[in-house]
Amino acid sequence: MRLFSWRFIRVWQRNRDVFFRLWHSEAPGFIAEPIIILLAMGLGLGAYVGLVDGQRYIEFITPGIIVGYAMFSASFECTYGSFIRMEYQKTFDAIIATPLNVEDVAAGEIFWGATRSVLTGCVMLTVAAAFQLVHSPWALLLPIVCFLEGMLFASIALFFTSIVPSIYSFNYYFSLFITPVFFFSGVFFPLSSFPDVVQKLSWIAPLTPVVYLARAVVNGEFQFNLLWALALIVALTVLFFFISLVTMRRRLTT
Amino acid sequence: MTIIKTRNLTKKFGDLVAVDDVNLEIEEGECFGLLGPNGAGKTSLIRMITAVSPLTSGDIWMLDGDLRSHSQQVKAVLGVVPQLDNLDPDLTVFQNLMTFARYFDIPKREAHRRSMEVLRLFQLEDRCNSRIRELSGGMRRRLLVARGLINLPRILVLDEPTIGLDPQAKYLVWHKLVELKSQGVTRLLCTQNMEEATTLCDRVAVMHQGKIMSLGTAADLISRYVGNKIWEIELNSEEKGKIVNELENRGLDFEIVGDKVHIFHLESGESLNGLVDSPEKLRRRSATLEDVFFRLTGRSLAE
Repeated sequence: MRLFSWRFIRVWQRNRDVFFRLWHSEAPGFIAEPIIILLAMGLGLGAYVGLVDGQRYIEFITPGIIVGYAMFSASFECTYGSFIRMEYQKTFDAIIATPLNVEDVAAGEIFWGATRSVLTGCVMLTVAAAFQLVHSPWALLLPIVCFLEGMLFASIALFFTSIVPSIYSFNYYFSLFITPVFFFSGVFFPLSSFPDVVQKLSWIAPLTPVVYLARAVVNGEFQFNLLWALALIVALTVLFFFISLVTMRRRLTT
Repeated sequence: MTIIKTRNLTKKFGDLVAVDDVNLEIEEGECFGLLGPNGAGKTSLIRMITAVSPLTSGDIWMLDGDLRSHSQQVKAVLGVVPQLDNLDPDLTVFQNLMTFARYFDIPKREAHRRSMEVLRLFQLEDRCNSRIRELSGGMRRRLLVARGLINLPRILVLDEPTIGLDPQAKYLVWHKLVELKSQGVTRLLCTQNMEEATTLCDRVAVMHQGKIMSLGTAADLISRYVGNKIWEIELNSEEKGKIVNELENRGLDFEIVGDKVHIFHLESGESLNGLVDSPEKLRRRSATLEDVFFRLTGRSLAE
């Protein structure tokens, strides 16, 4: 396996330039949807939900909604976005004819996907703060959680992108993986409300440790278990990051 | 000095041998043409030489080193003009060049200067801020060639650079490619356009089914395979058998092409005396690289 070099930053810069040139064509949708969900679920459903410790329901779901949509950002970027650049625009072919290699391209895509997560996370955090849903200054660590999360989901997404035959395959990725993960990771209800089996299964969903971590920083409540969540995120990220370098090389050079 | 050298270079895709044991030596500063029908293996060969596709077996040396161990340094001095348009449609014309320059770590000010220069060179300066999709096919190809020059390459690899260009634009590109010779730039040109190969290339190689069939200057190949002049006889069905028989009897090198017969390696028409009843049916013309191409690769479709 070959490693990536600092040159990956060139791919990241390319994607950044395009994003800030065209942001108005997709960013509003990405921001509007989580706000609508937050208010609809938080205020609508929240009126019927009483939490044990007296926390308002909308405050309970805020951290999960933020990292949930940060997950969607990285996932869309490194599935549809990367696939279009790779297959339709042949952008990757153009780049690997320069001093950059395939690994630089893959790493650049993943780091850019993670950046999208951070951007979404920051905007959402600002909105949540404006609605007075965030109380602890520790919440300022949330962008870091979003970055780690973004690296994880961008890596998984790019791995999937490097092996799919067509753009339609991403329908499966979202309906069978991302959406279930969103609902079974403790965003909307505490994991303890699920039956035992589902609780165990939900720890397979890679968003679960992220929601756990996000809730801890937003509420400013830390426990030793968080280190396990962090370790799980890092381990999965490293695994999928390096697998995607290998599968991307296979895809682009043969 | 040899700048590109391949030894027993082979590329396989499963059972298909796309490039079969190719040995090439390309000299610094020359324009080397690679001719061949579709599917001959030209693009596969070029993809290996430009370090984007791994070799199945064999070796490539470029700039005095093994390509595999220093592909980064080679790619830094390589300009690539691909056959398929891979301009970045998310960026404007100018941003395409600037972004590409950044892949080569060219400082911003220098990148700006070179971008403007290549745009001027290919008469695209007033399309500077256009989106790629607003450009015509011809403009896109010119921009692709311009982009290939952004890093002032020592070696420029072009895959069908003038395909789809109108004659004006074609001559503009040819003119620039000839100018690069005076700057010592080595050019490796893949083309199906025989006129292009004859005009631009110092040497050409004809590739067929993954192999190099022949290699030399255009004049060389013409005199070797078809002779400088070609005699053509128009045939009608009744005389066909008789004429063909007679040509065989006289030991001439010929080929039947549709309703004509081409006779090769024949300077004077004496050996054709008495073959046809009227002299209008006999025509003498200069041989071209295209005649060589057909002789070496056959007349049937390759794929």
